[in-house]
Amino acid sequence: MLRFLLQRLLVMIPVFFGVTLVAFGFIRALPGDPVEVLAGERGVSPERHAELTAQLGFDKPLWQQYLSYVGDVLQGDLGVSLVTNRPVLEEFMELFPATAELALCAIIFAIIVGLPIGLIAAIRRGSLLDQGMMSLSLVGYSMPIFWWGLLLIILFSNTLNLTPVSGRMSFLFEVEPVTGFMLIDSLLSDEEGAFASAVHHLVLPAVVLGTIPLAVIARQTRSAMLEVLGEDYVRTARAKGLSPWRIVAIHALRNAMITVVTVIGLQVAVLLAGAILTETIFGWPGIGKWIIFSVFSRDYFAVQGGLLLIALCVMTVNLVVDLLYGLINPRILHQRS
Amino acid sequence: MKKTLLAVSLGLGIALSASAQAKTMVFCSEGSPEGFNPSLYSAGTTFDASSQTIFNRLVQFEPGTTKVVPGLAESWTASDDGLEYTFKLRKGVKFHTTKNFTPSRDFNADDILFTFNRMWKEDHPYHGVSGGDYKYFGWMSMGDLLKSIEKVDDYTVKFTLNMAEAPFVSNMAMDFASVMSAEYADQLAAQGSMEDIDHKPVGTGPFVFKSYQKDAMIRYTAHDDYWGGRSNIDKLVFAITTDANVRYQKMKAGECHVMPYPNPADLAAMDADEDINLMRQEGLNVGYLAFNTEKAPFNQKKVRQALNMAINKQAILDVVFKGAGSIAKNPIPPTIWSYNDAVQDYPYNPGKAKVLLREAGVSGLKTNIWAMPVQRPYNPNARRMAELIQADWAKVGVEAEIVTYEWGEYLKRSKEGEHDTVFLGWTGDNGDPDNFMYVLLGCDAAKSGGNRARWCHEEFDSTLRQAKQITDQAERTKLYEQAQVIFKEEAPWVTIAHSVVFKPVRKEVTGFKVHPLGSHIFYDGVDLK
Repeated sequence: MLRFLLQRLLVMIPVFFGVTLVAFGFIRALPGDPVEVLAGERGVSPERHAELTAQLGFDKPLWQQYLSYVGDVLQGDLGVSLVTNRPVLEEFMELFPATAELALCAIIFAIIVGLPIGLIAAIRRGSLLDQGMMSLSLVGYSMPIFWWGLLLIILFSNTLNLTPVSGRMSFLFEVEPVTGFMLIDSLLSDEEGAFASAVHHLVLPAVVLGTIPLAVIARQTRSAMLEVLGEDYVRTARAKGLSPWRIVAIHALRNAMITVVTVIGLQVAVLLAGAILTETIFGWPGIGKWIIFSVFSRDYFAVQGGLLLIALCVMTVNLVVDLLYGLINPRILHQRS
Repeated sequence: MKKTLLAVSLGLGIALSASAQAKTMVFCSEGSPEGFNPSLYSAGTTFDASSQTIFNRLVQFEPGTTKVVPGLAESWTASDDGLEYTFKLRKGVKFHTTKNFTPSRDFNADDILFTFNRMWKEDHPYHGVSGGDYKYFGWMSMGDLLKSIEKVDDYTVKFTLNMAEAPFVSNMAMDFASVMSAEYADQLAAQGSMEDIDHKPVGTGPFVFKSYQKDAMIRYTAHDDYWGGRSNIDKLVFAITTDANVRYQKMKAGECHVMPYPNPADLAAMDADEDINLMRQEGLNVGYLAFNTEKAPFNQKKVRQALNMAINKQAILDVVFKGAGSIAKNPIPPTIWSYNDAVQDYPYNPGKAKVLLREAGVSGLKTNIWAMPVQRPYNPNARRMAELIQADWAKVGVEAEIVTYEWGEYLKRSKEGEHDTVFLGWTGDNGDPDNFMYVLLGCDAAKSGGNRARWCHEEFDSTLRQAKQITDQAERTKLYEQAQVIFKEEAPWVTIAHSVVFKPVRKEVTGFKVHPLGSHIFYDGVDLK
């Protein structure tokens, strides 16, 4: 197991350097001089422009800039945001818990709803229920997040007045950030009603962000289950006279889970991409919104640092998924090692 | 579950009425501030969150106008040659007491010296803190302007200038000139956490900074010992909401009292909404199309005049501004003093335009129109505007190609004069006509690129320079009126429009004024019913 883990970690090293190169290159490939963008209509004199460019190190050749960037990254220094003059890592850490909380709730929602749908559809294959659920999941998969979010706001917030329009917490509560996870912080604080408010604010964005993963998980669970249910050992189990519940829950599901876990792992990237839109619609103070803003303001260091950290998150989750395979199906672990 | 949801939502529904007792005002601001030191940044969002709430300046703009009124200075005098300005400071002004700082003394001349020397003197210990780029101090050329700042006594400060500059007092009312505490700075320097001065602000303003969560919320409480009297509002919350649609939904749901920058498409619905009071004011801005007067044939006055006459401005106003604007004929908006209403705009007359072009010996002209890639209050849709002008010019035989670049690139290339004609605009900083005309049309600006027409007209420029030297407003007005006549005759720009600024405010808010300089001010009579 340890060897397996070490192997996976070794693979991450070249990927990490690849990501630094992509993050560094991406923002520089976009047209636009950050010094000019920051100055706007008011402009900046050529002397001041040269001074600022030198101060930021943009006057050096690209390879030198890249090397000094990687050198700084290895020492844990992601630079300072051009817009706010604050360390990029500090800004990221302040915003990341909000995205993590939202993404976690969204994926939990997607699993809790998507998995049973897939299972039922597989068991009742070809029935009206199956067709209905699969059509719905196709709709969910094709739904543009932006439109879906606004639709839910109009229905639940404006028409039914059931949920707040945006934000993470009502302005009436003053919750001190401890973990950054509002659900936990509100429980830690002595503000009565803060937790309910946090849940209340989280429901719609989590549903919106979880919709596409839900559809994917439901469809994948169904097809994986169908495949497994047609296997010989399932037929044997049936022939043995095992109860249908035992066959599905113990024999079939565990094997089908390998595919499903892979799909869930892959959804992390989808969630982070979706978070950009969801956060914008619901005024959710996370990293998605921050990255978009940084790209528009050509905040080189924030974009570089942000992309790198997001990539690190995705890599970590993939590593965890790889390890989970081993737990679900020990054969994989043995084969690989 | 349903019941809990219902109960919680009912709780929220009454949130604003409960807050009315506690007097909590919620402003759905459009973005996160860049920081909390207005001298380092340039966004209005930042100024709303810092200079307009936490800080004061020596002099200030009266809410709702561009009139300069006393702030931390009770009075000021200018020497006859316009080179010396002496400010008498207000006594008994208290700085905020926060978690990090308890002031031991009242505001005095040392705070003024600290504030300006930090921006001005490169060897000041605080100069390089937080990047050390003092944007507006540079843009207003304060470094070149200042000769010395002296503390005459604890409550008198004298600014000496290198040259007479009439808009100097107005500059002192601008956000960047917000006064900070020298005592707090000393304390932070001793603790080795100098950067906190820009993130954990301490000022003298009507509201005390309490907490900030990036992209989420800023909280303030009323400053009990405020020199101008405690604010009617006990707590002020900025609920950061970047999307205009969502801001409007929040406003309808009663989750915020005031919102900036509504979507033009929502204005009709807002106007019809009984809970919302849609306030409006002419913006302190101008949108224009500048001819590159260094390039032929735009170096000919007749060609510029002809192309002015070929444009149907009313159509632009109807299609692009959807009525939320007014046709511009001068380079300054009508809300600025010295606006010359006697100036006649070029009438829409394609026939006359053709004649003028022929007289200038121009036929089959091929040119370009640069359209900005971003939305600005003075130009909500440059691309559409360019298409309309393209069609108008085609009618007089001028073929124009529309060009656009990424914003930073656009600004840079147009500054270097690559364009034939270019769209841009300006929003005023201090309500002084000099801040439009000299910055955008002076000969210095033609050299530095701020003057996109690259137009340097001797008589126009000397008139503006003369107006800078005089402190008497009546005399200055005459000179600026004259300058506007020259401008119109020479036609370096097509002046297009001044926008109208809309501000939806909930009915329970009283005393709120739309500020021409764009700030949102929650003091000075603002209250909740």
